[in-house]
Amino acid sequence: MSVLAPVVAPGVVGRVNPVAKLLAALVLAVALLLSIDWVSAGVALALEVLLLPWAGLTARQLLRRTSPLWFAAPLSIVATVLYGRDEGAVLAQFWWISVTEGSVSLAFAIGLRILAVGIPGIVLLATTDPTDLADGLAQVLRLPARFVLGGLAGLRLVGLFADDWRQLALARRARGVADSGGPIGAVRRFGGQAFSLLVLSVRRGSKLATAMEAKGFGSDAPRTWARPSTVGPRDVVLVAIGVAVAAAAITAAVLAGTWEFVLA
Amino acid sequence: MSVTMSANGSTPGRQERPAATSPRRPSRRWRVVDIVVASVIGVACGVVFWAWGIAWTPLSGLLAFTPGLSGLLAGGWLFAGVLGGLVVRKPGAALYTEVMAAVVSMLIGTQWGFSTLIWGVVQGLGAELVLALFLYSSWRLHVALLSGAAAGLAVALLDTSFSDSIAALAPEYKLVYGVSAVVSGVVLAGLLSWLATRGLARTGALSRFASGRSADVRV
Amino acid sequence: MPDRSADRGDRGARVDARGWGWRHAGRRLPAVSDLDLVVEPGERVLLLGASGAGKSTLLAGLAGVLGGDDEGDATGELLVDGRLPADQRGRVGLVLQDPDSQVVLARVGDDVAFGCENLGVPRDEIWRRVDESLDDVGLDLPRSASTSALSGGQKQRLALAGALAMRPGLVLLDEPTASLDPAGVVEVRDSVHRALDRTGATLVVVEHRVSVWSPVVDRVVVLAAGGGVLADGHPDDVLVAERDRLTAAGVWVPGVAPVVPPRTRTTATTLLTADDLAVGRRGRRGPAVATGVDLTVSSGRALAVTGPNGAGKSTLALTLAGLLSTAGGSLVASPELADDAGPTPSRWRSRELLTRVGTVFQDPEHQFLTATVRAELAVGPEALGAPPARVADRVDHLLERLRLDHLALANPFTLSGGEKRRLSVATVLATRPRLLVLDEPTFGQDARTWRELVLLLAELLDEGSAVAAVTHDAEFVEALADDRLVLPAGARTVAA
Ligand SMILES: Nc1ncnc2c1ncn2[C@@H]1O[C@H](COP(=O)(O)OP(=O)(O)OP(=O)(O)O)[C@@H](O)[C@H]1O
Ligand SMILES: Nc1ncnc2c1ncn2[C@@H]1O[C@H](COP(=O)(O)OP(=O)(O)OP(=O)(O)O)[C@@H](O)[C@H]1O
Ligand SMILES: [Mg+2]
Ligand SMILES: [Mg+2]
Repeated sequence: MSVLAPVVAPGVVGRVNPVAKLLAALVLAVALLLSIDWVSAGVALALEVLLLPWAGLTARQLLRRTSPLWFAAPLSIVATVLYGRDEGAVLAQFWWISVTEGSVSLAFAIGLRILAVGIPGIVLLATTDPTDLADGLAQVLRLPARFVLGGLAGLRLVGLFADDWRQLALARRARGVADSGGPIGAVRRFGGQAFSLLVLSVRRGSKLATAMEAKGFGSDAPRTWARPSTVGPRDVVLVAIGVAVAAAAITAAVLAGTWEFVLA
Repeated sequence: MSVTMSANGSTPGRQERPAATSPRRPSRRWRVVDIVVASVIGVACGVVFWAWGIAWTPLSGLLAFTPGLSGLLAGGWLFAGVLGGLVVRKPGAALYTEVMAAVVSMLIGTQWGFSTLIWGVVQGLGAELVLALFLYSSWRLHVALLSGAAAGLAVALLDTSFSDSIAALAPEYKLVYGVSAVVSGVVLAGLLSWLATRGLARTGALSRFASGRSADVRV
Repeated sequence: MPDRSADRGDRGARVDARGWGWRHAGRRLPAVSDLDLVVEPGERVLLLGASGAGKSTLLAGLAGVLGGDDEGDATGELLVDGRLPADQRGRVGLVLQDPDSQVVLARVGDDVAFGCENLGVPRDEIWRRVDESLDDVGLDLPRSASTSALSGGQKQRLALAGALAMRPGLVLLDEPTASLDPAGVVEVRDSVHRALDRTGATLVVVEHRVSVWSPVVDRVVVLAAGGGVLADGHPDDVLVAERDRLTAAGVWVPGVAPVVPPRTRTTATTLLTADDLAVGRRGRRGPAVATGVDLTVSSGRALAVTGPNGAGKSTLALTLAGLLSTAGGSLVASPELADDAGPTPSRWRSRELLTRVGTVFQDPEHQFLTATVRAELAVGPEALGAPPARVADRVDHLLERLRLDHLALANPFTLSGGEKRRLSVATVLATRPRLLVLDEPTFGQDARTWRELVLLLAELLDEGSAVAAVTHDAEFVEALADDRLVLPAGARTVAA
């Protein structure tokens, strides 16, 4: 599946440990989730945009990967303007919908926050190879190898979805069941083929588990790692950048007096 | 597991049992096949999560005429846990599958970025809790529905406190959101997953799982 | 980390089976029963037996991957080095029959390294072994190559490399050369031979074609279909002394010439013509894997397509079958084949395809759609709207002819390798298409079903069907082919 395929980043980012990327994105996400306000989101977003040139993605790749955000942000803004918690002066009123100063500023904050949380996550993960991520999770974070590698194997099988889908379509065509009446038939066939795809993957997974066990996987014996996953200065710097951006965002918001802890 | 059984019974081996009896206590330990298949299901659901995330924006726009009703869409991100739990039947399966699905949708790229992971954990815990309350020994329809409902409740609590546009709703709309999320969990996560598990079992793909062997016909 | 494979020694493992048997869950009869067998360390055993005799089941048992209690019932005892196989993982290296399901990781090098990692082999040593094994099996790809775009033969080499890299004391190979090209067969066999010489490991190899492995093994064991061992001893002795009994049981005995069916038909009309055809997995939208193909397929004639692994034979077959669009050049169906459906096979509707072209995929599992063998055979005829009685008739006939009748209610995916292959061929025969496109139709067949298949195809040819078969099987080509096409390797580099 091409969407799952990592971008091979040429620069520094390509060599940063995936765990560090994960950590940096996590710090930012958690920090920004704690408050809905336009200052913290805006400051974080601005800093992130400044850092984008070092992300290792071309403008086209960047645009393609972040496309969900460009749909989501405007729609969330509109929804919040119309239905968000009302506060302050009423700017407009149709039936039960009221647009207030409060809901507009909230909407603005939410739009910014979607971008500020979304961009680092997408950008950092786009340049991460799943195998390297698994190596990092098991070696750096010491998550159980059985689960990490089992998960990776599952991930790879689904990476074959696009190929499998084509293969299933060929098989169904060859067996004479690929054209039955009209749009309803097409929808039913699509559903049937999607289910077949799940069945195929589960079946593959069962067999793959056998093959993995035959290769000595799953015992409790200690395991070595062919690909070392290490943490170096580069990785510390990335996490530090994440922390710094988060801290700057929160500090700015507190100073500006817009900080509003969600649970408060 | 053992493939031998000594003739005089001196090696601890498998017990001979008549073909029809089955209810032996299943092992709680995850086998490799449990992990891989739970992952496969998780990843497959993750792709659906991702697609649902894209469809969600316009769909929630449509539902927006009654604020909070967009909770009806929450189930689209809840079924992975229930499905994984029903298929694998191991403690933690629902949580693992749901988190896996969330991570995959995140890897492909969602608008919620990293918070997707946090949501996945909470939703998975919701579904897992019910399966645990039934001591991982009942997998009937009502358990599936309850598990879906719990996942719905969990995500409703999370969304109404932290989610971008939902946390911003007025309290009465938050209530609407919560109820619709639970309904959605029951139908999209509970019922659908239960049906999917049955369908998978029928194809024979779950032959290595207890969930795939309920109808034991020998040929 | 200590290298555990070193302190255990790389010497061969010993196998003891005492009255061992295994019945798969969901089956009435055991796949293996009453097996008494001792294999001494360092012995090299060729395991033979009819399709469905339980060879793969025995290998899985020896590797300790048959599963737990709820996946079947064991009887008796099966030990490797005096211990349960499941506790001996890593001591045993298994190459499964189905190469498609054994790829674990996304990059070739990582996949070969996987087994060594699990055994705790030190890192430098792992990569040394990876390079060596890749070289041994003749997989000429960089470590970083993707494992998802390999041809069938390349996958088989990869699986073998992964098993050899583990340096097991017991090497179990389930038809390891079945989908390799003739040069690859010798190359892989010799590399296994070298590895065994180096490590002294015990070998149990399953392969229907005795002649390939007989120079390497020093013992032949023939499993009886009904349980137990049919014959056991030095290859020369067994194959000579038991020749008739083995032939009757479906074993390929070297020197027993395969039947060449008498063919009666002499006239032929052209059905399909390719002119400077280029083929690719994505049709017009992707790169071509083979170019410049000229061929004609005629009624009553059999075309055999051969060539090295990865040459694009399967891709060509799918294109001829109207399943992929052409990547260049032209492919035209004559009115005799097309009727009213137009000259371009890839534009035909699915149901139009059924009576015109039947396709057997390289991987039989790719074409199964239902949950029982019987239902699988009925899919085609039912799609054509045949009345139920006729469908049942045809299905029964095929079940019997291809020796699948005892499996009519089994799930297609639980069949043995050879049984799956027969079922996939039978599904195609069920709709009596005018052109049969077969991708390695005799893969994994014992001598008896091989003969049955060849006879069946000869009959169809005489009735006026055309056959286009991709194959590595020289006997099959010898027996049936009227026209031959050899696809050269490396066309891929030419195309963009
Ligand atoms: N997973 C399974 N579930 C149920 N039955 C099975 C399963 N695997 C194999 N069988 C059955 O067990 C019998 C022996 O199968 P096995 O694969 O061991 O045969 P084989 O000797 O390797 O044959 P082949 O030469 O065709 O590969 C067959 O009848 C097969 O249908
Ligand atoms: N699903 C796929 N996606 C992309 N490339 C593929 C795919 N399958 C095969 N290929 C590539 O296409 C080329 C031709 O493959 P094909 O399967 O047609 O070869 P083949 O001649 O049938 O080989 P074999 O004898 O090993 O089956 C190979 O180089 C292979 O790597
Ligand atoms: Mg076999
Ligand atoms: Mg091929």
